[in-house]
Amino acid sequence: MVLGGGIGGISASIDLGNAGYDVVLVERLPSIGGRMLQLSETFPTLDCAQCTLTPKTVETGQHPRIQLVTYSELDEVKGKAGDFTVRVRRKAAYVDWDKCTGCGLCQEKCPSKCPSEFERGVGLEKAIYTLSPQAVPNKPVIDPSHCRYFLEGKCRVCEKICPVGAIDYEQKDRFVEERVGAIVVAVGFDLIPKESFGEYGYGTIPDVIDGLAFERLNSASGPTTGEIRRPSDGKIPKEVVFIQCTGSRDPDRYMPYCSRVCCMYTAKHARLYKHKVHDGQVYIFYMDIRSTGKGYEEFIQQSMEEEGILYLRGRVSRIFRDGDKVVVWGADTLTGKKVEVSADLVVLATAIVPHKETKELAKRLGIHADEHGFLTEAERKLRPVETNVEGIYIAGCAQGPKDIADAVAHANAAASKVQGLFARHGKME
Amino acid sequence: MDYLYFPGCTLYTKAKNFDQTARNCSKLLGFELRELPNWTCCGAAFPLATDNIMALLPPSRILAVAKEQGTVLTTLCAVCFNVIKRTNYLIQEDEEKREKINNFIEKNYQGDLQVLHYLEILRQDIGFDQLKERVKKPLTGLRAAAYYGCMLLRPSKEMGFDDKEKPTLFEEFLEALGAEVVEFPYKIECCGSFQSVGSPDVATECAYKILGSAIKNGAEAVVSTCPMCTFNIDHKQMDIKQKYLDFKSVPIFYFTQLLGIAMGLDDRTLGFEQNAVDPIPFLKKKGLI
Repeated sequence: MVLGGGIGGISASIDLGNAGYDVVLVERLPSIGGRMLQLSETFPTLDCAQCTLTPKTVETGQHPRIQLVTYSELDEVKGKAGDFTVRVRRKAAYVDWDKCTGCGLCQEKCPSKCPSEFERGVGLEKAIYTLSPQAVPNKPVIDPSHCRYFLEGKCRVCEKICPVGAIDYEQKDRFVEERVGAIVVAVGFDLIPKESFGEYGYGTIPDVIDGLAFERLNSASGPTTGEIRRPSDGKIPKEVVFIQCTGSRDPDRYMPYCSRVCCMYTAKHARLYKHKVHDGQVYIFYMDIRSTGKGYEEFIQQSMEEEGILYLRGRVSRIFRDGDKVVVWGADTLTGKKVEVSADLVVLATAIVPHKETKELAKRLGIHADEHGFLTEAERKLRPVETNVEGIYIAGCAQGPKDIADAVAHANAAASKVQGLFARHGKME
Repeated sequence: MDYLYFPGCTLYTKAKNFDQTARNCSKLLGFELRELPNWTCCGAAFPLATDNIMALLPPSRILAVAKEQGTVLTTLCAVCFNVIKRTNYLIQEDEEKREKINNFIEKNYQGDLQVLHYLEILRQDIGFDQLKERVKKPLTGLRAAAYYGCMLLRPSKEMGFDDKEKPTLFEEFLEALGAEVVEFPYKIECCGSFQSVGSPDVATECAYKILGSAIKNGAEAVVSTCPMCTFNIDHKQMDIKQKYLDFKSVPIFYFTQLLGIAMGLDDRTLGFEQNAVDPIPFLKKKGLI
């Protein structure tokens, strides 16, 4: 069983499926793809995230040995390596996925729109939704907290429009049990909420967004179809400030660790912005540049030297709204000067944190999580995918911040550990 | 109910109006400010050098003497409050310094006195809901900006006053008095502090930014909790006018002066003659006196 259908979980599932093992892939959201599905382009190659990811999600969806169990969460685990019995809660989608053909009519006609978590608050979704037009599986779910029928007791438009009668408002959560030989935990990460930062307005300034929101603005499948338009008034921002290490490397107040990807994705954001808004000016506030990956330092150097991006070494102490501008107060510690920028848009490279549910999940699995909630490996250097429980392995950002390449390598390693276990103990179902 | 009260030097000189209005209002609200006998200067600045024990002695002595007479010490001046509260925190947390200090001042003070700002008393012991009910003359139509300055809020762990980035206590107080509160981004910025002595231009610039931001956001008056801030934003308005010709002066109040108006005190007892920008015409126009 693989928990988590992001790029890590997908990679591990495909490896194990190709090795001839049956895989149950459990995903919390309605479809697989994870965080990578939210990204516009990826560093250091600037290729489209969806273009590289979609073949993988489709392969996962069509793989004869991979069973997708989406919109589901692990409830309980019993047993030991080679023979785990896992109870999975399948959340009520209020749509009968066996009947649903994925035609999308219901989403077209649904009258209620709400801010979308997937779009990081910069876009809307319907109360009956899929995460993307290329969702795997392409089956919608109803969000009862925004559905008119659930809130007000009338509407039922989706039920009327559905040509196959798949809508089922009476659906309840149900539980299924699976027997598996090993478990790979690849449940991914979250970002520290921008509401945590008082000095940056506690999330009350609409034109202060986080990195994932910027990915959505920049994404061709996003709410602005890839045009960089700021949330408050839809104008194209001409002065954009990026703040690295927002909540990272700040042991007194937030997270003590480095989130590892922000230096790179901020440089990427800045470049993508400059490619779209030629007369725009970018300011990046940074502490250090950490670009330790293949081709990363070259990418940063190119951003600094050829793209006209202004790198300012220093922290930002305050952001506030002044008319339609967002005023940024910071320091340039290389010149020792105070810096004030009247910006149109501010992007916070907020720290990577585990999902708040990860600790509880670890408890249910009997594995350890550290003080932040990241899953703990058996040994820091030599056993990076094993846990203290035989047969349970970890992969990707659930263990700690990683870029895509590292997360995939970690997942490949976890998959090969599972194969090693099965080879030692004889093949299990 | 009464509280031990440490006025501090400024409240006996330049900010008599702050002191008097606070005392008079407390009587109307049913508590007494019992002045600490033989008090001295608070030290005026919390020492940042960790081995500067000497600078900690004046506030420590004040605390130790207060502890002999009661359990809660209150102040009005934000600078005194900052120095005394931080010293109290240090004595609570740092055993070694506590012993050294006690040896110097020949006392045995363990940090077990509660140090509260007057506004905190209004919030937790009177309650803003209660205060609202006792208001005789609501400050209806008065658009006021609550200016905290920095001393009440930072360092937030020691001060424990309110959220250091987005405090609301002062606004809640003004709303209880019936005023319309104006939010402005400079409300927790430094007033320039003692720069007004060494580099007066720096302080003038700070004051201009603070007042300019308040006015831009619709404030007709700015309310202060600190004689230092008041000096910079009230008395310095003359200097601002010389530098920025289009600057229009704005009345600055101690929060206790507005409390006094709202509690129905005679306006002749509110000490407006000590305000640099005369607030009387403004208050008359607003129908508040």
